[in-house]
Amino acid sequence: MAIKNILTVSELTRRLKSLLETSFTDLTVEGEISNFKRHSSGHIYFTLKDGNAQLQSVLWRGRAAHLLFTPQDGMKVIAKGSITVYEPRGQYQLDVVSLQPLGIGDLQMAFEKLKQKLSEEGLFDQEFKKSLPEYPSKIGIVTSPTGAALQDILNILNRRFPALEVLLYPVKVQGEGAASEIAQAIKDFNKHYDVDLIIVGRGGGSLEDLWAFNEEIVARAIFASKIPVVSAVGHEIDFTISDFVADLRAPTPSAAAELIVRDRDDIIDNIRNYCYTMEQNIRSIFDNRKEKISSLLLSYSFNQPKDLLRQYSQRIDELERYLDQFVDHNISIQNEKLTSLSKRIASLNPKSVLQRGFTIIYRNGKIIDRAIKLHQEDDVIIKFHDDDKPARIS
Amino acid sequence: MKKQKSDEGSFEANMKRLENIVETLESSNIPLDESIALYEEGIKVSKYCIDKLRSSEIKLKQLKKDIDGKLELFDVDTEE
Repeated sequence: MAIKNILTVSELTRRLKSLLETSFTDLTVEGEISNFKRHSSGHIYFTLKDGNAQLQSVLWRGRAAHLLFTPQDGMKVIAKGSITVYEPRGQYQLDVVSLQPLGIGDLQMAFEKLKQKLSEEGLFDQEFKKSLPEYPSKIGIVTSPTGAALQDILNILNRRFPALEVLLYPVKVQGEGAASEIAQAIKDFNKHYDVDLIIVGRGGGSLEDLWAFNEEIVARAIFASKIPVVSAVGHEIDFTISDFVADLRAPTPSAAAELIVRDRDDIIDNIRNYCYTMEQNIRSIFDNRKEKISSLLLSYSFNQPKDLLRQYSQRIDELERYLDQFVDHNISIQNEKLTSLSKRIASLNPKSVLQRGFTIIYRNGKIIDRAIKLHQEDDVIIKFHDDDKPARIS
Repeated sequence: MKKQKSDEGSFEANMKRLENIVETLESSNIPLDESIALYEEGIKVSKYCIDKLRSSEIKLKQLKKDIDGKLELFDVDTEE
């Protein structure tokens, strides 16, 4: 006798597959991660579960690369995806398209929690902040080689202070694995490369995009760094854990480049002021000596060995002639340079620097370029782009 | 550990030397010959610093990991 409707296992499975895969698409599932495994192929396998049931889940390598955080067992998540059936094992599974920590506030909460923990440990304490070199010559950058942040930093460094060697350590700046790459880069710089400072950062993005810079592993690497670290993540309004633990927080990657080096035109002005001061000083040194000799010649002319004084006087005249030549020569060189410099300066509007929020501080009409030159109770003038304001140092 | 800078000619070292010379000339009562020597050196250092600022371009190098995870440095052309 013939039994009807006999199905092979394959046939049944195929029917189930087609039924399930057409009925259960575009799902959003909430659950807790367990048995999290990353296969060497890059695919991620885990189980989503709640109190009563389990669901096998898979996140293929291509999508795993876009994960914004590091999933762990026990983490509550929302998974989006569709049901697929794996015929060889007769198993259905959730083919995950995207994975997010549960609840909008979860990332924010994780952020606050870590911030508090590290703060209590003292990782943000001012006493651990290293000062940055005034004129760095070699800097390290930890960022994406293709991101806008790198270009922004390089453009500004090239314009402001190009006497630099820059070592780029390319890393992923978002998604699964980004945090450990960033942390490793900081460690590698400390171990192998003698740079004066490290900029760690990326351009703007959502809280999720910036998440790598909120991970503990990055914070610990920054704290452990013997080399000063500048954190330059996102926009002005974005604060990350990296910002708190770094030796200096820059509001943006561009700002980091502005903060770590002084503008070359300012430095050149500074140097020219030094030259002027040196010239004034050496002139007055000469004048003093000459006066002294004249008075000596007058007062002791009767009983002092005149010859010696005359010799000395002659020597001074000689040196002065030499100095005159040297200074004249030097001035003509400076003037040549000045012409080309002033052409360059004309193409830049110095006011624009002030308009960007920078100020100049004067004391007795002289520019104060270093904090150390200011003392308590000093009266200063702060020059803004629109007006000057008097102030007193507290 | 940060190693001591090997090149005496780092920009920072030169700037510090210049500041040092300016201060010495400004403050103390030094012999004439010495003051001239300092002045000459100061001008020389100034020129070096200005030239360095005017002429240089950023040297960009990129780190790469080879198969064994060993780090290597590669020169990168910086194009404006």
